Amino acid sequence: MALYNDTVMDHFLNPHNVGEIENPDGKGIYGSPVCGDMMQVTISVDENEVITDAKFKTFGCGSAIASSSMATDMIKGMKVEDALEVSNEKIVEELGGLPAIKIHCSVLAEHAIKNAIYDYAMKNGKEYKGLEGFDPDAEHHDDCEEGHCEV
Amino acid sequence: MRNVYLDYSATTPVKEEVLREMIPYFTEKFGNPSSLYTPGLDAKDGLNKARQQVADLINAEEREIFFTSCGTEADNWVIEGVADARRNKGNHIITTKIEHHAILHTCQYLEQHGVEVTYLDVDNEGFVSPADLEAAIKDNTILVSIMMVNNEVGTIQPIKELAAIAREHGVLFHTDAVQGLGNVPIDVKDLGVDFISMSAHKIYGPKGIGALYKRAGINIPSFVHGGAQEKKKRAGTENTAGIVGFGKAAELAKRDLYEHAAHSDRLRRMLWEKIEAEIPDITLNGPKDFTKRHPGNLNIAFSYVEGESIILLLDAAGICASTGSACSSGSLGTSHVLDAIGVPITKANGTCRFTVGDMTTEDDIDYVVENLKNVIARLRELSPVNGAEGW
Repeated sequence: MALYNDTVMDHFLNPHNVGEIENPDGKGIYGSPVCGDMMQVTISVDENEVITDAKFKTFGCGSAIASSSMATDMIKGMKVEDALEVSNEKIVEELGGLPAIKIHCSVLAEHAIKNAIYDYAMKNGKEYKGLEGFDPDAEHHDDCEEGHCEV
Repeated sequence: MRNVYLDYSATTPVKEEVLREMIPYFTEKFGNPSSLYTPGLDAKDGLNKARQQVADLINAEEREIFFTSCGTEADNWVIEGVADARRNKGNHIITTKIEHHAILHTCQYLEQHGVEVTYLDVDNEGFVSPADLEAAIKDNTILVSIMMVNNEVGTIQPIKELAAIAREHGVLFHTDAVQGLGNVPIDVKDLGVDFISMSAHKIYGPKGIGALYKRAGINIPSFVHGGAQEKKKRAGTENTAGIVGFGKAAELAKRDLYEHAAHSDRLRRMLWEKIEAEIPDITLNGPKDFTKRHPGNLNIAFSYVEGESIILLLDAAGICASTGSACSSGSLGTSHVLDAIGVPITKANGTCRFTVGDMTTEDDIDYVVENLKNVIARLRELSPVNGAEGW
């Protein structure tokens, strides 16, 4: 018996894309250790607006780390506008499911990626439909004051 | 792969000698202890022997021991029972902020029914101040409940001194000794307590069986109604095999108390010294003076990493320990104990508890330290947190 399914355990035990890109085109951080999880994403974007590389660093539980690994896998090779469509539900689906109380942890990856793309868009004067109304400073704390990982 | 179990405060394996005593009570001595024929009387005999064995462990009388389904039931029973029995005297209970949820949730339940509860603060090592207790006692105080040994950080309370204060004011005193039993000497006559909660599965006995020590002469209502078992105080056909197992475990715990405590303390100190030498940026939570701490307990905050991840990676190496992190499965929210002793939430999230026990060896300690060192280094590599932000 394991706490998570094989896919989640594999991404947790052997996470892909760990690290930090030097001089990234976009960098996003979401969460804080106060809340129990925090993720940093760095991305490289080419002239065709394709994400050519993504790396992460995460402080968090097994599902936060697995979600970070899976999400960065998913956005590599994607057009920026498509990467903005990577929702936490899609990350959970690719992972083959997370325990109900851990669904929250996948939101971390979605937001951190959006923050990195927002940073890229700001630096390059780009506008994306997927960033409309997006607030990079949205308080992660809203979640954790209600008990953080609680459903 | 090696397997190392370092979570003896969560539960313990049943010792072979204990299991051997239990088995006949599932088969040939299966009778209902209330029956009048031989298999029933044999079962009853088993209960009586076990009651004496448990009484002997805490220097109580056989008639002062009441078996329950677990330590939690004993806690519920005494808190609700005293609130009911003493309601003409008052409705105020004093406990602490670091009790087990079996006490805290029961007190919160009673608060919804008009009982007033004071939750005493503790210092940064988890100790209750006797002066604070004395100051909290009022005319309407009916019960003080303070745990003997904390399950998370291992703090051993000065129970004798605290119980004496309650007694001077004519207030009943209960201690949840689930973590203390078998780990520290308990003599109810010397301690001067009125009630003690106990559990078998923390002392190498089976799960599903606990007991309440109730000082002779103090009456509280029955908790489970429906039969004459346990002197009409706790109805329901007895868990005979479980009770017999508890009795045997208590006998062994009494026989081996000092040896067990010395073995645990020696390996616990070894574990701490090696972790301290090998892993930077760690904090020991709870008493620094190991003589005032559960002999097998260590509670350590590993900065910059999260507890569940530590536990999962240790599990992958065959090592069992537990965590007080917010994201630890099931518990949700950081530990109220770590909060009460002032551990910052960032450190609470990276906290693990290790408890050694009778089966732990020196080789186990070396194996754990080697793996723990790698696990922490690996997670710190993965972590965006490095202390620069003050976290």
